[in-house]
Amino acid sequence: MEYLDFELPIKELQDQLEKCQLIGEESDVDVTQTCKKIEKKLLETKKEIYKNLTAWQRVQLSRHPDRPYTLDHIKALCGNTFLELHGDRNVKDDKAMIGGLGKIGDQTYMFIGQQKGFNTKTRQYRNFGMSNPEGYRKALRLMKSAEKFGIPVVTLIDTPGAYPGLEAEERGQGEAIARNILEMARLKVPVIAIVIGEGASGGALGIGVGDRVLMLENAWYSVISPENCSSILWRSWDQKEQAAEALKLTASDAKKLKVVDAIIKEPLGGAHADRAATFKAVKEAIEKNYEELKNLSPKDLVNQRMEKYLGMGVFKG
Amino acid sequence: MSWFKRKEKGITTSTEEKKDTPKGLWYKSPTGKIIDTEELEKNFYVSPEDGYHVRIGSKEYFEILFDDNKFKELDASLTSKDPLKFEDTKKYPDRLKAAQEKTKLKDAVRTAVGKSKGNDLVIACMDFSFIGGSMGSVVGEKIARAADYALKHKVPFMIISKSGGARMMEAVLSLMQLAKTSVKLAQLADAGIPYISLCTDPTTGGTTASFAMLGDINISEPGALIGFAGPRVVKDTTGQELPEGFQTSEFLLEHGFLDFITHRKDLKDRVNLYIDLITNQPIRA
Repeated sequence: MEYLDFELPIKELQDQLEKCQLIGEESDVDVTQTCKKIEKKLLETKKEIYKNLTAWQRVQLSRHPDRPYTLDHIKALCGNTFLELHGDRNVKDDKAMIGGLGKIGDQTYMFIGQQKGFNTKTRQYRNFGMSNPEGYRKALRLMKSAEKFGIPVVTLIDTPGAYPGLEAEERGQGEAIARNILEMARLKVPVIAIVIGEGASGGALGIGVGDRVLMLENAWYSVISPENCSSILWRSWDQKEQAAEALKLTASDAKKLKVVDAIIKEPLGGAHADRAATFKAVKEAIEKNYEELKNLSPKDLVNQRMEKYLGMGVFKG
Repeated sequence: MSWFKRKEKGITTSTEEKKDTPKGLWYKSPTGKIIDTEELEKNFYVSPEDGYHVRIGSKEYFEILFDDNKFKELDASLTSKDPLKFEDTKKYPDRLKAAQEKTKLKDAVRTAVGKSKGNDLVIACMDFSFIGGSMGSVVGEKIARAADYALKHKVPFMIISKSGGARMMEAVLSLMQLAKTSVKLAQLADAGIPYISLCTDPTTGGTTASFAMLGDINISEPGALIGFAGPRVVKDTTGQELPEGFQTSEFLLEHGFLDFITHRKDLKDRVNLYIDLITNQPIRA
């Protein structure tokens, strides 16, 4: 278990509890009461800390090394029915963008999402969840394939941004994202997009246009990361906490701004604290939203989706 | 004892009376060529010696593209709000106010309908001078409404991009403008109305990840910077040396993302030639 800086009081209590339990096991001293006390204190501390998270603390949680990533979600949702599909039929298979078919209950879905790694080797292999243009084109190929067979699409967003590389520019990173946004706007099957971790800018929106956009409680969604925002506006990374506040990037902010439709609650301590509970909440959210969308005609579906996006923005006059 | 005696003390010519060339009489291009600004204007704001295309705004593009500079501006009164109460080193409303006073513009895009070679054309043209041509809610809404005008009146649509990307001070709402504008372009595409995207110097970030790259034709001017991530970001992230001419319009043409590059003096002719050809109409002289 890794602890973030603001979780240190929890770590201390957790250590105390473990010590207490150890003493109980190794000696004849009755520690039940003491342990109970510590447990109670631990729960209270957790509640207190997670109730008042700052924007920056949520950003930290969204990047927690133990946080469930896209494939963790899909495997939990679909079990052994998941069939991964590869390649953009053009250049290569982007390891930072994964996709494939799988079932939740009786319904097949096309799952698409950015994939991060869990150690140095896999992080490099997944390019830290930063897709190249072929990743977006692979995503679009899979969406069009789903559309052809009337299969609903679920996208899982978790990226620090589209990859800003030389080859990415040569192969048209902007064009690839733009094409996805346009095509997703008129896809004739239900699209449910879920921000499960980091939702950074065009790299996120490139698979993020949907009939329903949902967000995990501690995920973030904005036009830029707090670090980069800080470096542009304050010319240093030191104001990242202030930038995180200013960007209004939390799930509840995005809900208020009507950019996301609903928030999926996370267990106490964040998605990684109780993975099973997180997966269950995500599964229920997908099923509930698909239920609401499945009987709409393709025409109504697309019209409603378009109207939703045309209504976004705040201005005078 | 001095040979000459100064009758009056010091230099007495006041600053206003000094014989100096008035400001803005000459323009110096990046390669060091100097040109009279009046000449520059007559030459479509292109330095004649080195072909350098000077950055210009909506005023100049409208003048170049609309017959006799006659057009009807659309939604001219839309202005930005401050939905996020955004504050960095400056408050967003103060930044907006300063930009409005400096540029005499309301926001970073102007939209208009007028005749170009005798036929109606709707143009949305961005102004880089307004907070780096950044796209917030107003830019998104004005482009969407202009596209809607084109849709309702069945008039070809053109966007002239000149932007650093999405406007940070409207954060996720500016990101959503990528989706909003693309939705309208999808509707235009479904209705079979031609959409021309002119990418000018610079066209980066969110604009390339939406309307700038979605034209039925994407075109540009010589030497324009066009890219998703800016060259500095690419260099810092990858640690690679960037090849010469990286992310110029010529680079994009070579990699297959532009249909052609046009000198500004031929812009009006070539845009209208495309419209006549794609709509299978007689070619206007």
